[in-house]
Amino acid sequence: MTDFTSSPTGANGRRRGGSLLELDARTKRRNASEARFRLMGVIAVSIGVIALIGLLSSILMNGASSFRQTYITLNVFLDPAKLDKAGDGDLEKIAKVTTFGYAPLIQKAMEAAIKENGAAVDGLNAKKAAELISKEAPADLRRFVLANPDKIGETVEFSLLAAGRIDGYFKGRVTMESAQLDRNISPEQLMLADKLKQAGVLQIKFNWAFFTAPDASDTRPEAAGLGVAILGSIYMMLIVLCLSLPLGVAASIYLEEFAPQNRWTDLIEVNISNLAAVPSIVFGILGLAIFINIAGLPQSAPVVGGLVLTLMTLPTIIIATRAALKAVPPSIRDAALGIGASKMQSVFHHVLPLAMPGILTGTIIGLAQALGETAPLLLIGMVAFVREYPASPPEGFFDPASALPVQVYNWTTRGDPAFVERASGAIIVLLVFLVIMNIAAIMLRRRFERRW
Amino acid sequence: MYDAPSLEKTVDQKSTKIAAKDVQVYYGNTHAIKDVNVDLLDKTVTAFIGPSGCGKSTFLRCLNRMNDTIDVCRVEGDILLDGEDIYDKRVDPVQLRAKVGMVFQKPNPFPKSIYDNVAYGPRIHGLARNKAELDEIVEKSLRRGAIWDEVKDRLDAPGTGLSGGQQQRLCIARAVATEPEVLLMDEPCSALDPIATAQVEELIDELREQYSVVIVTHSMQQAARVSQKTAFFHLGNLVEYGDTTQIFTNPVDPRTESYITGRIG
Repeated sequence: MTDFTSSPTGANGRRRGGSLLELDARTKRRNASEARFRLMGVIAVSIGVIALIGLLSSILMNGASSFRQTYITLNVFLDPAKLDKAGDGDLEKIAKVTTFGYAPLIQKAMEAAIKENGAAVDGLNAKKAAELISKEAPADLRRFVLANPDKIGETVEFSLLAAGRIDGYFKGRVTMESAQLDRNISPEQLMLADKLKQAGVLQIKFNWAFFTAPDASDTRPEAAGLGVAILGSIYMMLIVLCLSLPLGVAASIYLEEFAPQNRWTDLIEVNISNLAAVPSIVFGILGLAIFINIAGLPQSAPVVGGLVLTLMTLPTIIIATRAALKAVPPSIRDAALGIGASKMQSVFHHVLPLAMPGILTGTIIGLAQALGETAPLLLIGMVAFVREYPASPPEGFFDPASALPVQVYNWTTRGDPAFVERASGAIIVLLVFLVIMNIAAIMLRRRFERRW
Repeated sequence: MYDAPSLEKTVDQKSTKIAAKDVQVYYGNTHAIKDVNVDLLDKTVTAFIGPSGCGKSTFLRCLNRMNDTIDVCRVEGDILLDGEDIYDKRVDPVQLRAKVGMVFQKPNPFPKSIYDNVAYGPRIHGLARNKAELDEIVEKSLRRGAIWDEVKDRLDAPGTGLSGGQQQRLCIARAVATEPEVLLMDEPCSALDPIATAQVEELIDELREQYSVVIVTHSMQQAARVSQKTAFFHLGNLVEYGDTTQIFTNPVDPRTESYITGRIG
């Protein structure tokens, strides 16, 4: 719009000779629309931030308590009459005593502790009092005895897991009112727990077992831990890193720097982009069909999970790497070629180091994605209940294991409300791993970028 | 009109370094270079001038096969370096480019130290047996690039931290470090200020003693100042090639005259 066509005093147009100190109508409208747009932006960002805060705080509130655990300290007399009837210390015979043989020992120790601290509650017999201890405790005791058979006949101090309901009582999940309606716990038992706490027999400690213990059955949420899941996830990430980084970088370098520009390359490019958008469960079916049914790899094994996640991560890494390679200015390639470097020398000496920060960022984002992936792992059987730790690599890659996100899913499907807390705790662990990986990505990028 | 030192312009009988015969270059279906025949002399600065898009840079890049990196580019005809066809199937472009170095329009030092920038070429071509020899080559090249005094105390500093003019001289030092026989320069001063330009031009004049230098330039004054031979390109044709003095004072072709007097281009 030029001055020739607009009338000098148009109602909306710019007035000729108008004062700069007054805003004309057009400028006002423009400013108003800009202000509206900014406001919308602020609102959009706020909604996002509020949603994030809500999500994180709900997870933290539900899950933070899973890092604390109630323990009851008892002096258990390892009675030789029960554990080692023959008295010859033969480990095979001792191993024949099942966890049922250990339960009475705990019951006796509990009785003694109540008597010693004067914590007796009316209407609560010894059997009910012993129910304060987790059903996992006899198994722990048995493991200890099998590891230290020479301790038989001595009185040993044990820190035994309290039952899930007792643990829940101190975390506010179980109350006197709810205990009245609960078949698994009675108000009297809770009163006993209160007294024991006052006496210092019952303590709340940091829950290291949450990170190291394997999963536990539906009725023992207090014993459930992430040990196997963390190991499984680490194994899978190792496999994904070792396979997808070299494959992805090699593929990208070839496609970006060496491949002839023809219809085939275009076709491959389109397919790689599409592959990145394929729903992850499809990769799970692929893994089930190829790696388990055809190749005959074991189910629930980190090697299969790792291979499936590698397939999923490859497109992400290839796309990120190609973008990073493209971002390297062509003048650097020219410079290298111009002084007689071969194509490969120019790529490996100059282009690749410059693209490294981008490649690493892409790789770690891909790994983080793989770490949080659940759906394909369900299909290849990693949802199974695994209590045995996988062996150390490489054999361990073929042992059954779980994975962090699958463990979360697994726990949320269980009945006992204590598992909700465990699942939220597992999400926190998963998030911490992701944050660590992202920090690693940022630090690596800084390190490489600092080289001017 | 031009500050051409015409006394020096007498070109004596120098041997032909690069001979181009009937060179055609196609970009896909575009015929970019048509029937170019030219003999570039040894120990001489030859300037390629002409309006934008006339093909002078394209032709320059043919001389060390930098056009190989462009998929759609096709070169026909013969380009002989010391009588050997550089487009022969047996010629490895990598070896060729070690003999025919190139300096680009935009200074493009590697994002490495000044030392590594210069040492890179000798390293990949195995010109130095040990660190001492490499140090020597680096110093010699930087001196020849007329930048030694400015950077000798900070050889470990990044090459990208230098000023534009210094970067370009570093690139020239990097190019001469591989001891080429021909040095191609694609508008080496277009990104530089007049002072840096003067330094680079001075340098080009010194390089003439050892190399055959081919320079593409948009500045006719620059062509007149630094070159002994000038080739004028127009729409993919080599219109006129001759002594710089003659081209600028007494052009044969009317198109050349129009261009140097500013009527076309």
